[in-house]
Amino acid sequence: MNARLRWRKFVSNFMLTLTGICAAIAVSALFFILGYLVYHGGTSINWDFFTKLPAPVGEGGGGMANAIVGSAKLLLLASFIGIPIGFFGGIYMAEFSNSSIAFVVRFAADLLNGVPSIVIGIFAYTVAVLPFKHFSTWAGGLALGIMMIPITLRSTEEFLHSVPRALREGAMALGASKWKTIMSVVVPAAYRGIMTAILLALARVAGETAPLLFTALGNRFWSPGWNQPTASLPAMIYSYALSAFEDWHRQAWAAGLVLLALILIVNIFARVILARGTAVPRS
Amino acid sequence: MHASVRPAVSVNVNPPTVSSGREAASPPTMRMNINKVNFFYGQKQTLFDINMGIATSKVTALIGPSGCGKSTLLRTFNRMHETVRGARLQGEILLDGQNILSQDVTLLRRRIGMVFQRPNPFPKSIFDNVAYGLKINGSKLPIAEAVEKSLRHAALWDEVKDHLHKSAYELSGGQQQRLCIARGLAVEPEVLLLDEPCSALDPISTAKIEELLVQLKDLCTIAIVTHNMQQAARVSDYTAFLLMGQLVEFSPTPQMFTTPSDPRTEAYITGRFG
Repeated sequence: MNARLRWRKFVSNFMLTLTGICAAIAVSALFFILGYLVYHGGTSINWDFFTKLPAPVGEGGGGMANAIVGSAKLLLLASFIGIPIGFFGGIYMAEFSNSSIAFVVRFAADLLNGVPSIVIGIFAYTVAVLPFKHFSTWAGGLALGIMMIPITLRSTEEFLHSVPRALREGAMALGASKWKTIMSVVVPAAYRGIMTAILLALARVAGETAPLLFTALGNRFWSPGWNQPTASLPAMIYSYALSAFEDWHRQAWAAGLVLLALILIVNIFARVILARGTAVPRS
Repeated sequence: MHASVRPAVSVNVNPPTVSSGREAASPPTMRMNINKVNFFYGQKQTLFDINMGIATSKVTALIGPSGCGKSTLLRTFNRMHETVRGARLQGEILLDGQNILSQDVTLLRRRIGMVFQRPNPFPKSIFDNVAYGLKINGSKLPIAEAVEKSLRHAALWDEVKDHLHKSAYELSGGQQQRLCIARGLAVEPEVLLLDEPCSALDPISTAKIEELLVQLKDLCTIAIVTHNMQQAARVSDYTAFLLMGQLVEFSPTPQMFTTPSDPRTEAYITGRFG
Protein backbone atom coordinates (compact mmCIF):
# COMPACT_ATOMS: atom_id res chain seq x y z
CA MET A 1 0.00 0.00 0.00
CA ASN A 2 1.54 3.28 -1.02
CA ALA A 3 1.71 6.36 1.15
CA ARG A 4 -0.94 8.25 -0.77
CA LEU A 5 -3.52 5.55 -0.27
CA ARG A 6 -2.65 5.28 3.43
CA TRP A 7 -3.10 9.04 3.80
CA ARG A 8 -6.53 8.87 2.15
CA LYS A 9 -7.61 6.10 4.47
CA PHE A 10 -6.41 8.09 7.44
CA VAL A 11 -8.38 11.22 6.36
CA SER A 12 -11.45 9.12 5.79
CA ASN A 13 -11.30 7.51 9.21
CA PHE A 14 -10.45 10.77 10.91
CA MET A 15 -13.43 12.60 9.41
CA LEU A 16 -15.74 9.72 10.20
CA THR A 17 -14.64 9.84 13.84
CA LEU A 18 -15.03 13.61 13.94
CA THR A 19 -18.63 13.50 12.69
CA GLY A 20 -19.36 10.76 15.23
CA ILE A 21 -17.97 12.86 18.07
CA CYS A 22 -20.06 15.88 17.03
CA ALA A 23 -23.19 13.75 16.90
CA ALA A 24 -22.40 12.38 20.37
CA ILE A 25 -21.93 15.89 21.76
CA ALA A 26 -25.25 16.98 20.28
CA VAL A 27 -27.06 14.12 21.97
CA SER A 28 -25.20 14.35 25.26
CA ALA A 29 -26.01 18.07 25.63
CA LEU A 30 -29.64 17.12 26.27
CA PHE A 31 -28.73 14.41 28.75
CA PHE A 32 -26.22 16.65 30.45
CA ILE A 33 -28.83 19.38 30.93
CA LEU A 34 -31.38 16.87 32.11
CA GLY A 35 -28.90 15.35 34.56
CA TYR A 36 -27.92 18.75 35.86
CA LEU A 37 -31.54 19.71 36.39
CA VAL A 38 -32.28 16.49 38.23
CA TYR A 39 -29.14 16.89 40.37
CA HIS A 40 -29.91 20.45 41.44
CA GLY A 41 -33.67 20.56 41.31
CA GLY A 42 -34.69 16.98 41.99
CA THR A 43 -34.59 17.41 45.76
CA SER A 44 -37.01 20.34 45.63
CA ILE A 45 -39.62 18.46 43.70
CA ASN A 46 -42.28 17.21 46.03
CA TRP A 47 -46.01 17.42 46.41
CA ASP A 48 -45.74 20.93 47.86
CA PHE A 49 -43.98 22.14 44.72
CA PHE A 50 -47.10 21.43 42.68
CA THR A 51 -49.71 22.50 45.23
CA LYS A 52 -48.35 25.39 47.33
CA LEU A 53 -47.69 29.06 46.68
CA PRO A 54 -44.11 30.34 46.81
CA ALA A 55 -42.90 30.70 50.38
CA PRO A 56 -41.49 34.02 51.68
CA VAL A 57 -37.73 34.37 51.71
CA GLY A 58 -36.03 32.42 54.45
CA GLU A 59 -39.04 30.32 55.32
CA GLY A 60 -38.12 27.43 53.01
CA GLY A 61 -40.46 25.01 51.33
CA GLY A 62 -43.35 26.35 49.35
CA GLY A 63 -44.07 25.61 45.72
CA MET A 64 -44.96 27.02 42.37
CA ALA A 65 -48.60 26.04 41.99
CA ASN A 66 -49.47 29.55 40.81
CA ALA A 67 -46.77 29.44 38.13
CA ILE A 68 -47.90 26.05 36.86
CA VAL A 69 -51.53 27.20 36.62
CA GLY A 70 -50.36 30.51 35.15
CA SER A 71 -48.37 28.74 32.43
CA ALA A 72 -51.39 26.59 31.64
CA LYS A 73 -53.60 29.69 31.33
CA LEU A 74 -51.09 31.41 29.09
CA LEU A 75 -50.80 28.36 26.85
CA LEU A 76 -54.58 28.12 26.67
CA LEU A 77 -54.82 31.73 25.51
CA ALA A 78 -51.96 31.23 23.07
CA SER A 79 -53.76 28.20 21.63
CA PHE A 80 -56.96 30.17 21.11
CA ILE A 81 -55.00 32.76 19.12
CA GLY A 82 -52.31 30.75 17.38
CA ILE A 83 -54.11 27.53 16.42
CA PRO A 84 -57.16 28.89 14.57
CA ILE A 85 -55.26 31.63 12.77
CA GLY A 86 -52.40 29.32 11.84
CA PHE A 87 -54.72 26.45 10.90
CA PHE A 88 -57.11 28.41 8.70
CA GLY A 89 -54.27 30.47 7.25
CA GLY A 90 -52.51 27.21 6.37
CA ILE A 91 -55.66 25.91 4.68
CA TYR A 92 -55.87 29.08 2.63
CA MET A 93 -52.24 28.74 1.64
CA ALA A 94 -52.50 25.11 0.62
CA GLU A 95 -55.90 25.11 -1.03
CA PHE A 96 -56.93 28.53 -2.25
CA SER A 97 -54.11 30.95 -2.83
CA ASN A 98 -52.34 31.36 -6.13
CA SER A 99 -48.61 30.97 -6.20
CA SER A 100 -47.66 34.65 -5.82
CA ILE A 101 -49.90 35.24 -2.78
CA ALA A 102 -48.67 31.97 -1.31
CA PHE A 103 -45.10 33.06 -1.81
CA VAL A 104 -45.65 36.35 0.01
CA VAL A 105 -47.52 34.76 2.93
CA ARG A 106 -44.99 31.95 3.23
CA PHE A 107 -42.14 34.41 3.26
CA ALA A 108 -43.90 36.58 5.86
CA ALA A 109 -44.60 33.54 8.04
CA ASP A 110 -40.97 32.48 7.88
CA LEU A 111 -39.88 35.98 8.85
CA LEU A 112 -42.37 36.09 11.72
CA ASN A 113 -40.99 32.76 12.86
CA GLY A 114 -37.54 34.35 12.92
CA VAL A 115 -38.55 37.49 14.82
CA PRO A 116 -36.78 37.37 18.22
CA SER A 117 -39.26 36.54 20.95
CA ILE A 118 -38.35 39.66 22.91
CA VAL A 119 -39.45 41.79 19.94
CA ILE A 120 -42.80 40.01 19.91
CA GLY A 121 -42.93 40.76 23.63
CA ILE A 122 -42.42 44.48 23.00
CA PHE A 123 -45.16 44.39 20.40
CA ALA A 124 -47.61 42.71 22.78
CA TYR A 125 -46.57 45.21 25.46
CA THR A 126 -47.40 48.10 23.13
CA VAL A 127 -50.79 46.86 22.01
CA ALA A 128 -52.04 44.97 25.07
CA VAL A 129 -50.31 46.47 28.12
CA LEU A 130 -49.77 50.19 27.51
CA PRO A 131 -53.37 51.03 26.50
CA PHE A 132 -54.71 49.37 29.69
CA LYS A 133 -51.89 50.61 31.91
CA HIS A 134 -51.32 47.24 33.59
CA PHE A 135 -49.75 43.89 32.86
CA SER A 136 -52.15 41.02 32.21
CA THR A 137 -52.51 37.35 31.41
CA TRP A 138 -54.23 38.40 28.17
CA ALA A 139 -51.10 40.22 27.01
CA GLY A 140 -48.87 37.23 27.78
CA GLY A 141 -51.24 34.90 25.92
CA LEU A 142 -51.25 37.28 22.97
CA ALA A 143 -47.46 37.31 22.77
CA LEU A 144 -47.23 33.50 22.89
CA GLY A 145 -50.14 33.15 20.47
CA ILE A 146 -48.42 35.32 17.88
CA MET A 147 -45.37 33.10 18.19
CA MET A 148 -47.49 30.01 17.50
CA ILE A 149 -49.04 31.37 14.30
CA PRO A 150 -46.17 30.88 11.84
CA ILE A 151 -45.30 27.37 13.03
CA THR A 152 -48.91 26.22 12.89
CA LEU A 153 -49.53 27.88 9.53
CA ARG A 154 -46.49 26.49 7.79
CA SER A 155 -46.92 22.97 9.02
CA THR A 156 -50.66 22.91 8.27
CA GLU A 157 -49.78 23.99 4.75
CA GLU A 158 -47.08 21.35 4.39
CA PHE A 159 -49.24 18.49 5.63
CA LEU A 160 -52.21 19.51 3.46
CA HIS A 161 -49.92 19.64 0.45
CA SER A 162 -48.89 16.05 1.10
CA VAL A 163 -52.47 14.79 0.74
CA PRO A 164 -52.77 13.16 -2.71
CA ARG A 165 -54.71 15.11 -5.30
CA ALA A 166 -56.71 11.98 -6.11
CA LEU A 167 -58.53 12.26 -2.77
CA ARG A 168 -59.64 15.81 -3.50
CA GLU A 169 -60.85 14.79 -6.93
CA GLY A 170 -62.72 11.83 -5.49
CA ALA A 171 -64.67 14.08 -3.16
CA MET A 172 -65.31 16.77 -5.74
CA ALA A 173 -66.52 14.18 -8.25
CA LEU A 174 -69.25 13.29 -5.72
CA GLY A 175 -70.50 16.86 -5.72
CA ALA A 176 -68.65 18.09 -2.64
CA SER A 177 -67.90 21.80 -2.66
CA LYS A 178 -64.30 22.83 -2.25
CA TRP A 179 -64.75 23.69 1.43
CA LYS A 180 -66.63 20.44 2.09
CA THR A 181 -63.85 18.52 0.35
CA ILE A 182 -61.23 20.19 2.52
CA MET A 183 -63.01 19.70 5.84
CA SER A 184 -64.37 16.20 5.26
CA VAL A 185 -61.52 14.56 3.34
CA VAL A 186 -58.31 16.56 3.10
CA VAL A 187 -57.99 17.72 6.73
CA PRO A 188 -58.91 14.28 8.15
CA ALA A 189 -56.22 12.76 5.92
CA ALA A 190 -53.63 15.21 7.29
CA TYR A 191 -54.82 15.60 10.86
CA ARG A 192 -52.11 13.53 12.54
CA GLY A 193 -49.41 15.69 11.03
CA ILE A 194 -51.25 18.89 11.89
CA MET A 195 -51.89 17.74 15.48
CA THR A 196 -48.21 16.91 15.88
CA ALA A 197 -47.17 20.31 14.58
CA ILE A 198 -49.56 22.10 16.93
CA LEU A 199 -48.23 20.15 19.92
CA LEU A 200 -44.66 20.99 18.95
CA ALA A 201 -45.60 24.65 18.57
CA LEU A 202 -47.12 24.58 22.07
CA ALA A 203 -44.00 22.94 23.48
CA ARG A 204 -41.90 25.59 21.80
CA VAL A 205 -43.73 28.56 23.31
CA ALA A 206 -44.17 26.88 26.70
CA GLY A 207 -40.56 27.70 27.53
CA GLU A 208 -40.52 31.27 26.22
CA THR A 209 -39.52 33.79 28.88
CA ALA A 210 -38.68 37.05 27.14
CA PRO A 211 -42.15 37.84 25.77
CA LEU A 212 -43.68 37.21 29.21
CA LEU A 213 -41.39 39.53 31.19
CA PHE A 214 -43.25 42.66 30.16
CA THR A 215 -46.66 41.22 29.33
CA ALA A 216 -47.75 38.69 31.97
CA LEU A 217 -44.95 39.98 34.24
CA GLY A 218 -45.10 37.57 37.15
CA ASN A 219 -46.91 37.19 40.43
CA ARG A 220 -46.01 35.93 43.90
CA PHE A 221 -49.60 34.90 44.52
CA TRP A 222 -52.53 33.42 42.66
CA SER A 223 -53.41 35.63 39.73
CA PRO A 224 -56.66 37.43 40.59
CA GLY A 225 -57.93 37.15 37.02
CA TRP A 226 -57.21 37.11 33.32
CA ASN A 227 -56.91 40.87 33.43
CA GLN A 228 -54.10 40.76 36.00
CA PRO A 229 -50.45 39.71 35.94
CA THR A 230 -49.83 36.03 36.40
CA ALA A 231 -46.88 33.88 37.37
CA SER A 232 -45.49 31.44 34.82
CA LEU A 233 -42.81 28.77 35.01
CA PRO A 234 -40.26 30.43 32.70
CA ALA A 235 -40.64 33.86 34.35
CA MET A 236 -40.40 32.23 37.78
CA ILE A 237 -37.16 30.51 36.79
CA TYR A 238 -35.82 33.84 35.60
CA SER A 239 -36.53 35.73 38.82
CA TYR A 240 -35.61 32.88 41.20
CA ALA A 241 -32.34 32.15 39.42
CA LEU A 242 -31.32 35.82 39.70
CA SER A 243 -32.13 36.00 43.41
CA ALA A 244 -29.56 35.79 46.16
CA PHE A 245 -31.06 32.85 48.05
CA GLU A 246 -29.82 29.30 47.88
CA ASP A 247 -33.33 28.02 48.50
CA TRP A 248 -34.76 29.93 45.55
CA HIS A 249 -31.98 28.64 43.29
CA ARG A 250 -33.01 25.09 44.05
CA GLN A 251 -36.63 25.98 43.29
CA ALA A 252 -35.57 27.53 39.96
CA TRP A 253 -33.79 24.28 39.05
CA ALA A 254 -36.87 22.32 40.01
CA ALA A 255 -39.08 24.57 37.87
CA GLY A 256 -36.68 24.06 34.97
CA LEU A 257 -36.92 20.33 35.45
CA VAL A 258 -40.73 20.44 35.45
CA LEU A 259 -40.77 22.59 32.33
CA LEU A 260 -38.32 20.37 30.48
CA ALA A 261 -40.21 17.24 31.51
CA LEU A 262 -43.42 18.81 30.22
CA ILE A 263 -41.84 19.65 26.87
CA LEU A 264 -40.32 16.17 26.60
CA ILE A 265 -43.68 14.55 27.29
CA VAL A 266 -45.40 16.70 24.65
CA ASN A 267 -42.66 15.86 22.14
CA ILE A 268 -42.89 12.14 22.79
CA PHE A 269 -46.67 12.30 22.60
CA ALA A 270 -46.42 14.11 19.26
CA ARG A 271 -44.04 11.47 17.88
CA VAL A 272 -46.41 8.72 18.96
CA ILE A 273 -49.29 10.36 17.11
CA LEU A 274 -47.18 10.70 13.99
CA ALA A 275 -45.70 7.21 14.22
CA ARG A 276 -49.12 5.61 14.15
CA GLY A 277 -48.77 6.29 10.47
CA THR A 278 -50.19 8.87 8.17
CA ALA A 279 -53.73 7.90 7.37
CA VAL A 280 -53.27 7.90 3.62
CA PRO A 281 -50.86 5.44 1.98
CA ARG A 282 -48.53 7.07 -0.50
CA SER A 283 -48.90 5.81 -4.01
CA MET B 1 -46.17 17.38 -35.05
CA HIS B 2 -46.82 20.60 -33.21
CA ALA B 3 -50.00 20.19 -31.26
CA SER B 4 -51.38 23.64 -31.90
CA VAL B 5 -51.23 23.12 -35.64
CA ARG B 6 -54.38 21.37 -36.62
CA PRO B 7 -53.53 18.17 -38.47
CA ALA B 8 -55.10 17.88 -41.86
CA VAL B 9 -57.40 15.00 -41.08
CA SER B 10 -61.13 15.00 -41.36
CA VAL B 11 -63.23 13.97 -38.43
CA ASN B 12 -65.14 10.97 -39.51
CA VAL B 13 -68.07 10.74 -37.23
CA ASN B 14 -70.44 7.93 -37.80
CA PRO B 15 -73.52 8.67 -35.81
CA PRO B 16 -74.11 5.46 -33.96
CA THR B 17 -76.79 3.97 -36.11
CA VAL B 18 -77.84 0.61 -34.94
CA SER B 19 -76.52 -1.96 -37.29
CA SER B 20 -75.33 -4.77 -35.09
CA GLY B 21 -77.59 -7.69 -34.41
CA ARG B 22 -77.60 -7.26 -30.66
CA GLU B 23 -79.41 -3.92 -30.69
CA ALA B 24 -83.03 -3.05 -31.11
CA ALA B 25 -84.07 -1.44 -34.38
CA SER B 26 -84.64 2.12 -33.18
CA PRO B 27 -81.70 4.57 -32.84
CA PRO B 28 -80.48 4.92 -29.27
CA THR B 29 -81.40 7.91 -27.15
CA MET B 30 -78.44 9.96 -26.05
CA ARG B 31 -77.99 10.77 -22.39
CA MET B 32 -75.20 13.18 -23.25
CA ASN B 33 -74.32 15.07 -26.40
CA ILE B 34 -70.91 16.54 -27.03
CA ASN B 35 -71.04 19.29 -29.63
CA LYS B 36 -67.96 20.89 -31.19
CA VAL B 37 -65.79 20.59 -28.11
CA ASN B 38 -62.37 22.17 -28.28
CA PHE B 39 -60.07 22.01 -25.30
CA PHE B 40 -56.95 23.93 -24.35
CA TYR B 41 -54.31 23.72 -21.65
CA GLY B 42 -53.01 27.26 -21.71
CA GLN B 43 -52.04 27.83 -25.32
CA LYS B 44 -51.89 24.16 -26.19
CA GLN B 45 -54.98 22.69 -27.81
CA THR B 46 -55.57 19.08 -26.87
CA LEU B 47 -59.07 18.37 -28.26
CA PHE B 48 -60.29 19.40 -31.71
CA ASP B 49 -63.98 19.72 -32.62
CA ILE B 50 -65.24 16.62 -30.85
CA ASN B 51 -68.82 15.61 -31.71
CA MET B 52 -70.28 12.48 -30.16
CA GLY B 53 -72.94 11.15 -27.86
CA ILE B 54 -73.19 8.92 -24.80
CA ALA B 55 -76.09 6.55 -25.31
CA THR B 56 -78.55 6.04 -22.47
CA SER B 57 -78.08 2.82 -20.49
CA LYS B 58 -75.20 1.71 -22.65
CA VAL B 59 -71.45 1.50 -22.18
CA THR B 60 -69.45 3.87 -24.34
CA ALA B 61 -65.69 3.32 -24.50
CA LEU B 62 -63.09 5.96 -25.35
CA ILE B 63 -59.95 4.38 -26.77
CA GLY B 64 -56.75 5.63 -28.29
CA PRO B 65 -53.00 5.76 -27.68
CA SER B 66 -51.50 7.58 -24.68
CA GLY B 67 -51.86 11.33 -24.89
CA CYS B 68 -54.68 11.22 -27.46
CA GLY B 69 -56.97 13.20 -25.17
CA LYS B 70 -59.39 10.44 -24.15
CA SER B 71 -59.01 11.14 -20.40
CA THR B 72 -59.21 14.88 -21.02
CA LEU B 73 -62.46 14.39 -22.91
CA LEU B 74 -63.93 12.20 -20.18
CA ARG B 75 -63.01 14.75 -17.51
CA THR B 76 -64.93 17.48 -19.31
CA PHE B 77 -68.13 15.43 -18.96
CA ASN B 78 -68.35 16.26 -15.24
CA ARG B 79 -66.25 19.41 -15.51
CA MET B 80 -63.36 17.94 -13.52
CA HIS B 81 -61.10 19.78 -15.97
CA GLU B 82 -61.97 22.95 -14.06
CA THR B 83 -59.81 21.81 -11.14
CA VAL B 84 -56.74 22.26 -13.35
CA ARG B 85 -55.43 25.78 -13.70
CA GLY B 86 -55.20 27.04 -17.28
CA ALA B 87 -57.73 24.56 -18.69
CA ARG B 88 -60.27 26.01 -21.10
CA LEU B 89 -63.20 24.44 -22.89
CA GLN B 90 -65.10 25.64 -25.94
CA GLY B 91 -68.26 24.05 -27.25
CA GLU B 92 -71.30 22.49 -25.71
CA ILE B 93 -71.87 19.42 -23.58
CA LEU B 94 -75.50 18.50 -23.01
CA LEU B 95 -76.88 16.25 -20.32
CA ASP B 96 -80.52 15.43 -21.05
CA GLY B 97 -80.56 18.40 -23.40
CA GLN B 98 -79.23 20.89 -20.85
CA ASN B 99 -75.79 22.45 -21.21
CA ILE B 100 -73.71 21.24 -18.26
CA LEU B 101 -71.41 24.25 -18.50
CA SER B 102 -74.12 26.59 -17.28
CA GLN B 103 -75.24 24.41 -14.36
CA ASP B 104 -74.14 24.44 -10.74
CA VAL B 105 -71.06 22.26 -10.75
CA THR B 106 -71.71 20.49 -7.44
CA LEU B 107 -75.25 19.55 -8.48
CA LEU B 108 -73.95 18.40 -11.85
CA ARG B 109 -71.35 16.12 -10.29
CA ARG B 110 -74.03 14.47 -8.19
CA ARG B 111 -75.68 13.44 -11.46
CA ILE B 112 -72.45 12.36 -13.16
CA GLY B 113 -70.24 10.18 -10.98
CA MET B 114 -66.61 9.37 -11.61
CA VAL B 115 -64.18 6.54 -10.89
CA PHE B 116 -60.48 7.25 -11.26
CA GLN B 117 -57.44 5.47 -12.57
CA ARG B 118 -56.08 4.56 -9.16
CA PRO B 119 -58.47 3.56 -6.40
CA ASN B 120 -58.84 6.62 -4.19
CA PRO B 121 -60.92 5.65 -1.16
CA PHE B 122 -61.11 8.28 1.56
CA PRO B 123 -59.27 7.71 4.86
CA LYS B 124 -62.51 6.52 6.43
CA SER B 125 -64.29 3.24 7.06
CA ILE B 126 -65.77 1.21 4.22
CA PHE B 127 -69.25 2.27 5.32
CA ASP B 128 -68.37 5.95 5.56
CA ASN B 129 -66.77 5.90 2.12
CA VAL B 130 -70.00 4.75 0.52
CA ALA B 131 -72.12 6.98 2.73
CA TYR B 132 -70.00 10.05 1.97
CA GLY B 133 -71.92 11.24 -1.07
CA LEU B 134 -75.25 10.69 0.68
CA LYS B 135 -74.16 12.59 3.76
CA ILE B 136 -72.77 15.63 1.98
CA ASN B 137 -75.88 15.80 -0.15
CA GLY B 138 -78.15 15.62 2.89
CA SER B 139 -79.90 12.62 1.42
CA LYS B 140 -83.21 11.64 2.96
CA LEU B 141 -82.65 7.97 2.14
CA PRO B 142 -81.95 5.65 5.05
CA ILE B 143 -78.17 5.59 4.80
CA ALA B 144 -77.49 2.03 5.94
CA GLU B 145 -79.84 0.61 3.31
CA ALA B 146 -78.42 2.78 0.57
CA VAL B 147 -74.88 1.72 1.50
CA GLU B 148 -75.83 -1.95 1.36
CA LYS B 149 -77.57 -1.50 -1.97
CA SER B 150 -74.60 0.28 -3.50
CA LEU B 151 -72.14 -2.31 -2.22
CA ARG B 152 -74.33 -5.06 -3.69
CA HIS B 153 -74.45 -3.27 -7.02
CA ALA B 154 -70.67 -3.05 -6.95
CA ALA B 155 -70.45 -6.79 -6.18
CA LEU B 156 -68.57 -6.05 -2.97
CA TRP B 157 -71.22 -6.61 -0.29
CA ASP B 158 -70.47 -10.27 0.39
CA GLU B 159 -66.77 -9.54 0.85
CA VAL B 160 -67.16 -6.62 3.25
CA LYS B 161 -70.51 -7.01 5.01
CA ASP B 162 -68.89 -8.30 8.22
CA HIS B 163 -66.37 -5.50 8.51
CA LEU B 164 -68.02 -2.36 7.24
CA HIS B 165 -66.32 -0.30 9.90
CA LYS B 166 -62.79 -1.27 9.02
CA SER B 167 -60.62 1.23 7.21
CA ALA B 168 -61.04 1.20 3.43
CA TYR B 169 -57.26 0.87 3.14
CA GLU B 170 -57.41 -2.66 4.47
CA LEU B 171 -59.07 -3.79 1.23
CA SER B 172 -57.12 -5.06 -1.78
CA GLY B 173 -56.64 -2.80 -4.79
CA GLY B 174 -59.46 -4.43 -6.75
CA GLN B 175 -61.79 -4.24 -3.75
CA GLN B 176 -60.86 -0.58 -3.25
CA GLN B 177 -61.77 0.16 -6.85
CA ARG B 178 -65.13 -1.58 -6.47
CA LEU B 179 -65.61 0.43 -3.29
CA CYS B 180 -65.01 3.58 -5.32
CA ILE B 181 -67.62 2.37 -7.80
CA ALA B 182 -70.05 1.74 -4.92
CA ARG B 183 -69.27 5.22 -3.59
CA GLY B 184 -70.13 6.68 -6.97
CA LEU B 185 -73.32 4.62 -7.31
CA ALA B 186 -74.62 5.56 -3.86
CA VAL B 187 -75.78 8.99 -5.00
CA GLU B 188 -77.66 7.32 -7.88
CA PRO B 189 -76.00 9.18 -10.73
CA GLU B 190 -77.44 9.21 -14.24
CA VAL B 191 -74.01 8.75 -15.76
CA LEU B 192 -70.92 7.02 -14.38
CA LEU B 193 -67.55 7.99 -15.85
CA LEU B 194 -64.61 5.62 -15.44
CA ASP B 195 -61.08 6.77 -16.25
CA GLU B 196 -58.98 3.67 -16.93
CA PRO B 197 -60.43 2.03 -13.83
CA CYS B 198 -58.47 -1.21 -14.26
CA SER B 199 -55.06 0.12 -15.15
CA ALA B 200 -53.74 -0.40 -11.61
CA LEU B 201 -55.40 -3.80 -11.12
CA ASP B 202 -54.51 -7.44 -11.66
CA PRO B 203 -56.34 -9.52 -14.32
CA ILE B 204 -58.75 -11.17 -11.89
CA SER B 205 -59.84 -7.85 -10.35
CA THR B 206 -60.10 -6.45 -13.87
CA ALA B 207 -62.40 -9.27 -14.95
CA LYS B 208 -64.64 -8.63 -11.94
CA ILE B 209 -64.96 -4.97 -12.76
CA GLU B 210 -65.67 -5.65 -16.43
CA GLU B 211 -68.41 -8.06 -15.47
CA LEU B 212 -69.78 -5.46 -13.12
CA LEU B 213 -69.89 -2.72 -15.76
CA VAL B 214 -72.06 -4.83 -18.04
CA GLN B 215 -74.52 -5.36 -15.19
CA LEU B 216 -74.55 -1.70 -14.20
CA LYS B 217 -75.95 -0.60 -17.55
CA ASP B 218 -79.45 -1.05 -16.19
CA LEU B 219 -78.73 1.44 -13.41
CA CYS B 220 -76.94 4.16 -15.29
CA THR B 221 -75.23 5.25 -18.45
CA ILE B 222 -71.52 4.45 -18.52
CA ALA B 223 -68.56 6.05 -20.26
CA ILE B 224 -65.19 4.37 -19.83
CA VAL B 225 -61.71 5.38 -20.90
CA THR B 226 -59.42 2.45 -21.53
CA HIS B 227 -56.07 1.86 -23.16
CA ASN B 228 -57.00 -1.79 -23.47
CA MET B 229 -58.79 -2.51 -26.75
CA GLN B 230 -59.89 -5.97 -25.69
CA GLN B 231 -61.54 -4.39 -22.68
CA ALA B 232 -63.41 -1.93 -24.91
CA ALA B 233 -64.51 -4.80 -27.14
CA ARG B 234 -65.69 -6.86 -24.17
CA VAL B 235 -67.66 -4.28 -22.22
CA SER B 236 -68.82 -1.49 -24.52
CA ASP B 237 -71.72 -0.97 -26.88
CA TYR B 238 -70.20 2.04 -28.60
CA THR B 239 -66.57 2.96 -29.07
CA ALA B 240 -64.95 6.27 -29.83
CA PHE B 241 -61.42 6.20 -31.18
CA LEU B 242 -59.34 9.32 -30.56
CA LEU B 243 -56.00 10.19 -32.06
CA MET B 244 -54.02 13.34 -31.30
CA GLY B 245 -57.05 15.14 -29.94
CA GLN B 246 -59.30 14.23 -32.88
CA LEU B 247 -62.24 11.89 -32.86
CA VAL B 248 -61.35 9.56 -35.71
CA GLU B 249 -64.25 7.17 -35.50
CA PHE B 250 -67.31 6.68 -33.35
CA SER B 251 -69.29 3.53 -34.05
CA PRO B 252 -71.12 0.66 -32.41
CA THR B 253 -68.41 -1.51 -30.91
CA PRO B 254 -68.95 -4.65 -33.04
CA GLN B 255 -68.72 -2.55 -36.16
CA MET B 256 -65.62 -0.73 -34.94
CA PHE B 257 -63.78 -3.95 -34.26
CA THR B 258 -64.91 -5.87 -37.35
CA THR B 259 -65.30 -3.30 -40.11
CA PRO B 260 -63.68 -0.02 -39.07
CA SER B 261 -64.38 2.72 -41.58
CA ASP B 262 -61.15 4.66 -41.10
CA PRO B 263 -57.78 3.17 -42.02
CA ARG B 264 -56.23 4.68 -38.88
CA THR B 265 -58.76 2.90 -36.71
CA GLU B 266 -57.94 -0.33 -38.41
CA ALA B 267 -54.23 0.28 -37.97
CA TYR B 268 -54.72 0.95 -34.26
CA ILE B 269 -57.03 -1.95 -33.44
CA THR B 270 -54.87 -4.39 -35.34
CA GLY B 271 -51.95 -3.25 -33.23
CA ARG B 272 -49.87 -1.52 -35.87
CA PHE B 273 -49.28 1.47 -33.54
CA GLY B 274 -50.13 2.68 -30.07
